Amino acid sequence: MTPMLQGLLTIVIGVSACVGYFYAANLFLDKVLLPARGPHAGRNINRANRIRPWIFLFPALFVLGLYLVYPVIGSFHRSLFDRSGETFIGLGNYVALFNASDFRISVFNNLLWIIVVPASATFIGLIAAQLTDRLTWGNIAKSMIFMPMAISFVGASLIWKFVYAVNPDIGLINAFRFAFGAERSVDVIQIPFWNNFFLMVILIWIKTGFAMVILSAALRGIPEETIEAAIIDGANPWQVFFRIKVPQIMGTIVVVWTTITILVLKVFDIVYTMTGGNFGTEILPSYMMSYMFRDDGRATAVAFVIMILVLPVMIWNIVQARREVR
Amino acid sequence: MAELKLTGVEKAYGDVKVLADINLAIHPGELVVFVGPSGCGKSTLLRMIAGLEQITGGTLEIDGMVMNDVHPSQRGIAMVFQSYALYPHMTVRDNMAFALKIAKKTGAEIDAAVTRAARILQLDPLLDRLPKELSGGQRQRVAIGRAIVRDPRVYLFDEPLSNLDAALRVATRIEIAQLKESMPDSTMIYVTHDQVEAMTLASRIVVLANGGIAQVGSPMELYTKPENEFVAQFIGSPAMNLLPGRITETGAQTRVALEGGGTARVAIPTTEGDRDMPVNLGVRPEDLVASDDADYLYRGKVEITEALGELTVLYFARDASGAQILAKLPGIHSGMRGKEVSLKTDPERLHLFHQGRSLLYRS
Amino acid sequence: MDSIAGKKSRLTWAVNIAVVLLVILWLIPTIGLFVSSFRDRDQISQSGWWVAPLPVELTFRSRVDPRDQREENGRFIIEGNVFADPANAARFPDGRGEVVRFGIRGAAPSEFPAGAEAELRTGGTLAVARDGAFRVDAPEAFERRGPTIYFEARTPPQFTMQNYWTVLTADGMDRAFINTLTVTIPATIIPILIAAFAAYALAWMRFPGRALLIAGIVGLLVVPLQLALVPLLRLHTSIGIGQSFMGIWLAHTGFGMPLAIYLLRNYMAGLPRDIIESARVDGATDFQVFTRIVLPLSFPALASFAIFQFLWTWNDLLVAKVFLPSGPDFQVMTVKIADDLLGSRGGDWGILATAAFVSIGVPLVVFFTLQRYLVRGLLAGSVK
Repeated sequence: MTPMLQGLLTIVIGVSACVGYFYAANLFLDKVLLPARGPHAGRNINRANRIRPWIFLFPALFVLGLYLVYPVIGSFHRSLFDRSGETFIGLGNYVALFNASDFRISVFNNLLWIIVVPASATFIGLIAAQLTDRLTWGNIAKSMIFMPMAISFVGASLIWKFVYAVNPDIGLINAFRFAFGAERSVDVIQIPFWNNFFLMVILIWIKTGFAMVILSAALRGIPEETIEAAIIDGANPWQVFFRIKVPQIMGTIVVVWTTITILVLKVFDIVYTMTGGNFGTEILPSYMMSYMFRDDGRATAVAFVIMILVLPVMIWNIVQARREVR
Repeated sequence: MAELKLTGVEKAYGDVKVLADINLAIHPGELVVFVGPSGCGKSTLLRMIAGLEQITGGTLEIDGMVMNDVHPSQRGIAMVFQSYALYPHMTVRDNMAFALKIAKKTGAEIDAAVTRAARILQLDPLLDRLPKELSGGQRQRVAIGRAIVRDPRVYLFDEPLSNLDAALRVATRIEIAQLKESMPDSTMIYVTHDQVEAMTLASRIVVLANGGIAQVGSPMELYTKPENEFVAQFIGSPAMNLLPGRITETGAQTRVALEGGGTARVAIPTTEGDRDMPVNLGVRPEDLVASDDADYLYRGKVEITEALGELTVLYFARDASGAQILAKLPGIHSGMRGKEVSLKTDPERLHLFHQGRSLLYRS
Repeated sequence: MDSIAGKKSRLTWAVNIAVVLLVILWLIPTIGLFVSSFRDRDQISQSGWWVAPLPVELTFRSRVDPRDQREENGRFIIEGNVFADPANAARFPDGRGEVVRFGIRGAAPSEFPAGAEAELRTGGTLAVARDGAFRVDAPEAFERRGPTIYFEARTPPQFTMQNYWTVLTADGMDRAFINTLTVTIPATIIPILIAAFAAYALAWMRFPGRALLIAGIVGLLVVPLQLALVPLLRLHTSIGIGQSFMGIWLAHTGFGMPLAIYLLRNYMAGLPRDIIESARVDGATDFQVFTRIVLPLSFPALASFAIFQFLWTWNDLLVAKVFLPSGPDFQVMTVKIADDLLGSRGGDWGILATAAFVSIGVPLVVFFTLQRYLVRGLLAGSVK
């Protein structure tokens, strides 16, 4: 129980330190450094108000800087050194990566993931959102499809390990094959190339609910009258959906799509749990973990490749955010 | 050219009836306005005609065909919505062409129809814009254009002007009147809560109240011969004054003694049996004139005056019967406040109601 | 919209059926795991979980005790009931059951149908009836050992909490559960406070560089965690934290910060300006406006983020693998399952299912009770 106690203590200390910091810093600013009285009261208030935002922001910016900004530079720097971390080898790690066949396989697999997972999850999510929208029990159905969201990637992988199991009395896939007259079990996790897709199914299963919830809200945001107008114009349900509704929520679809894309580039758990990267299923995040603790130079180089892949989305997000703030 | 017939139409949500026993015939080329207070079911009735709401009882016929279970797109109607309902991702041209594309018309046909509608509504320079680049009035015109393109048998308008500002509303109202004039054959149904729109546009007005039709008639019929107290007070602004009284003399003209002390001669015939009948005397504020006659209709103290220049509205204190009335006098009348004033009017301009119904319409 | 005239009811039916199928498809994997976690480990590999409520045919054996033999007309007879064998008493507590087939060799335990008579290799015959009654009829006396009867009996479906006991006591999952809690709770609470102050500053205070900071935080939202692992582990080691709970709390605080600030700022910026300005006019300082007005009003957003961060830290495998030592004293449940159980007990499906369910149980409870906040947070985070 000691770590628990330690945890509780940390909560108490951490929270009171935060509150104490904010309170004391404000007090110091207003009473000691720039008091709102005396001959310069007005000037002091203005100055205090210029400093105060930074008091509010400081802890967050410090943590962000240390845990997210510094690592980008730190990782890049480390990736220029060899395994020991002492010899500078320039882009040597990157060259070695691009010459390694398993790295090329990882990149290829990762591209498959980036194409298939966001597309499928968004598409199924969109269909689910539309279908459940007008149902009396739609919210229950949504809840069920959304549920995997709460399950860890490890838990989800285990769940699907049962579905994919070789034993036809455990694995549903093989049970179905036997029911339709198959003679032998197959281990779908070991079928070259296609096993990637069986792993992707797990992430699609998890992320479809996310897409559905957001797209469902977007669908509800569509003005009802435009749909009624389309119905009067003679559009059938199919046409209403694809020609009136989908174009109106295109912006949201793009957001969902890119959010899932980013996620695909981070998830290593599924491959790690299901195959450990064997049978030609390695993707970049799991490939990186295979070097973690063994060769930091190589690991950071892989991480930086992931960063570069994420970069376009990052820039697009920033541009959007800047437009919105103005 | 289309004829609409509603027979015993009703709308119920579960046990709650919002509309009951609506009987109405709309003739080809008419512009009929549904008007009524909010919640009276006028929009629901329009949506039932459009097919956007199920009809839970009675029948709707268009040109003799029962339309109850016909899909909205097959009823030959077009609808202009309150919020315009333009497709935000399509240009003006595509908005207008959408229905025709769905109907698999050829490119040439579509072009011809869109061009014609754009010319009627002066939308030519806007055809390649998106709805978000248009002003409110322009969007309204596109919405109408989208209806015209379909060349429907019946046009349905659902409070089309209520999202426009006051000045634009007047301008667009006139445009709609001109549009109707240019298409004398098309049948139109127009829903509004604004009686000015109703009075200026309609060939006939349908006043809806409490889930039913209160009266159907031309604007002037409704104004001069309201069937009941509801219509009498709903049409005209400020609303008609109602003064309680009793019939004292019957015949070709009727004499009424009011509880407030005044008397009035009304040009409505009554029979001997009506003597002593309790009635409400209706008189419009704009029909009252100040007079020094001993034979006054109403006498009271002016509590508040509103001078609008062209006319002055007098608010009287409650009289002995508890009735409180308004008078609208043309021109400027300064110094009336606090004075005792007597009012009278012509017998032809008075209305008599017994239990809410006009004595004029007794069978 | 539901009441469009002339709408085809067939379409409504199709929609209902499609959604039912979709929901079933989505639920089946989890249900399979759930059912399996309550099943007896022998039954799991004998029949699919989808027939779990049905009886299973399992193979048993029973050794005939030669002491029960008696001599009759020069032949040696042993009679008894296979279900009475104390070795199988755990399965057939009332000594009754139904034999489907039986055999006399371990290699062919279901050679003969119940009721038939089998030739023993040592001479003589063995008959087993459906109700388990057997009769051995041999020309010679059994010396030390009687024959062994193999039989396939229909066993009733068995649901048991045994797996849960095993997982929670013997397998170290209890420790892992506590470790997960230890990681999760501080890592959820601490970032909220820090982020809330920053979010307020970004939403309601004017200062140069504000728009730039907001854009920067949006950019940081997508930085891959992988980048942070190596440099931060080195940093932690060099300042003496090393791989420890302290290290993982700090790491989760840092990694959760962009989302926390982003969500809270979006929500706070949407609060009515009038309320905040009227508080300022009443003489409240920024600190008071924040603590007395903005913070209480932002409760829904705070709850949303807390749920996100909780689920994320509870479910995390990557950060735990890197920032915690690998010994059992520090293993969280995800690491325990991925590294330990899948490796050492890869074939023990009952234990795997149970362990998985123990680890996803808490998030599922959180999910179903607080779904409203979760959805709200999602929408605030991604729909503009």
